[in-house]
Amino acid sequence: MMLEFYGQKVQSRLLMGTALYPSPDILQKAVKASHADIVTISVRREAATTQLGQSAQSGEGFWELIRELNVRLLPNTAGCKSVKEAVTTAKMARELFETNWIKLEVIANDDMLQPDLFGLVEAAKILCDDGFDVFPYTTEDLGAAERLLEVGCKVLMPWGAPIGSARGLNNPFALESMRAYFPDIPLVVDAGVGAPSHAAKAMEMGYDAVLLNTAIAKAGDPVYMAEAFAGAIAAGRSAYKAGVMEPRNMASPSTPVAGTPFFKLD
Amino acid sequence: MSEKQLNITVRGTGIVGVWQAFVLASKGHNVTLVSKTREPFSEASSWIAGAMLAPFCETESAEPIIRRLGLQSIPLWQEAFPHIENNGSLVVAQPRDTSDLKRFARQTSEHTTLDAVQLEKLEPDLAGRFRTGLFFAGEAHLQPHWALAHILQKAADAGAKTKFGSTDVPANSDYVIDCRGIAAKDELPNLRGVRGEMAIIRTSEISFSRPIRLLHPRFPLYMVPWPENYFMIGATVIESDDTAPVSVRSGLELLGSAYGLHPAFGEAEIIKLSADIRPSFPDNIPKIIVRDKVLHVNGLYRHGFLTSPALAHYVADYLETKAVNEEVFVVEH
Repeated sequence: MMLEFYGQKVQSRLLMGTALYPSPDILQKAVKASHADIVTISVRREAATTQLGQSAQSGEGFWELIRELNVRLLPNTAGCKSVKEAVTTAKMARELFETNWIKLEVIANDDMLQPDLFGLVEAAKILCDDGFDVFPYTTEDLGAAERLLEVGCKVLMPWGAPIGSARGLNNPFALESMRAYFPDIPLVVDAGVGAPSHAAKAMEMGYDAVLLNTAIAKAGDPVYMAEAFAGAIAAGRSAYKAGVMEPRNMASPSTPVAGTPFFKLD
Repeated sequence: MSEKQLNITVRGTGIVGVWQAFVLASKGHNVTLVSKTREPFSEASSWIAGAMLAPFCETESAEPIIRRLGLQSIPLWQEAFPHIENNGSLVVAQPRDTSDLKRFARQTSEHTTLDAVQLEKLEPDLAGRFRTGLFFAGEAHLQPHWALAHILQKAADAGAKTKFGSTDVPANSDYVIDCRGIAAKDELPNLRGVRGEMAIIRTSEISFSRPIRLLHPRFPLYMVPWPENYFMIGATVIESDDTAPVSVRSGLELLGSAYGLHPAFGEAEIIKLSADIRPSFPDNIPKIIVRDKVLHVNGLYRHGFLTSPALAHYVADYLETKAVNEEVFVVEH
């Protein structure tokens, strides 16, 4: 079955961030190489000096290059630390990019950049009530996840590890529980992914997609790395659909041992 | 000396324009340097540049061509500008960010890894602050205001005429070299602005001999020591062509990182906070765009001081022999 976010079908299960690339040209090549069809963009940062509430045209040159990619845009509220700031940024993004989609980040602190779950639920309610399609950046906390669904979110994006940390899936047990607990909600691992194997692991667990930025943007060759992630995510997805075998404690021969020339009775 | 003396108008008095005027006048051409502003440099983004000549460090994120242009430019700077500081540059990170240092080392070359003792020998005022660092011995830096004024003077000495406060291009120009940076956007639609913010502070409590880059996952910073106890702290890289004053957030990042580099900067005086935009093409690589008799030299992004001398020589060679380096020339028909 094809993946859907808020009624929109998507082909690629890789969602890409657009920050930190050496140049917009390399970003464009990386997105094309990965065949990603959703990219997320930071409104707050690239319009950093534009006063909130005014229409921000200042990043136009960069945004034009992103629009040229013909992919779906998922604006984000990266760096917002309060409900008010996140809500205002989301509204600015809706105006600028003419989309109801918003990746909602309400950040608790600078050191771990972890989601402020209380603020997140509050902001998600305001935005869902206002007609936004909210993609909340959250943790594996099931209680917070239920609240987010209650206020109207139809996608959940738990972290793998802190943003930009490249630590992979920090708490696989909790991520597996979340998948089992919400079998029908699109779940996206967002943040902390460093290597393609991390992304493959999330997909093998049955996650619907992976969102990442730094691991590609800061790679020695971002275009090559984008391809690597696309391959890993496709492999992980196929493996999940195929059914990964359970680990066991004893060897289990794949060919019969009895009757072969080297079989020893004792 | 060139075989044929050409009448050449150079538009724009940023770092690109003064180098073009200097090199072309030195080759014996009849050069007029035209600037919209009455005061040269007053609207040039190079006025607030870091002016590090760091071809090796820059390859952390820049394409290999930037390194090549930089390596061609450094000897040209050394020949033209006596106040260049050839002391290399230093890259450090807090212990918790050592993976950023490892990444930086992997992405660059021509560096040596220093331990705390070697670091202290190189920059005594950093004693005890960092456990390890990377030293790029082949890099240099300069004071951009002095350098701009000096190259402009050399252009005049070589015979270039100046016309400031005017946009008129002399009618008898054989060639126009357009070096107006972002002001040429109407003619170069894919040129965009990338905002940079910087601070200048002053303290006599501490001194460095070379630029120091402090790696940080969110606020990477560099500090360039200038003469007379000034320090330039730069620079943000924001995808925006807004030239509004420095935001509080960026100011906090710049000054906070300086304080993180050494607490003595806490007592420094803030002289200036400035913002401007870097003219950039989508690949962040400079281009020489030839449109018949007009040559645009633009898109130097954050590599104006690093690549201007080499680009000036490319233009001079083109006028003489029509030689084009495919990596930077775009000849339009």
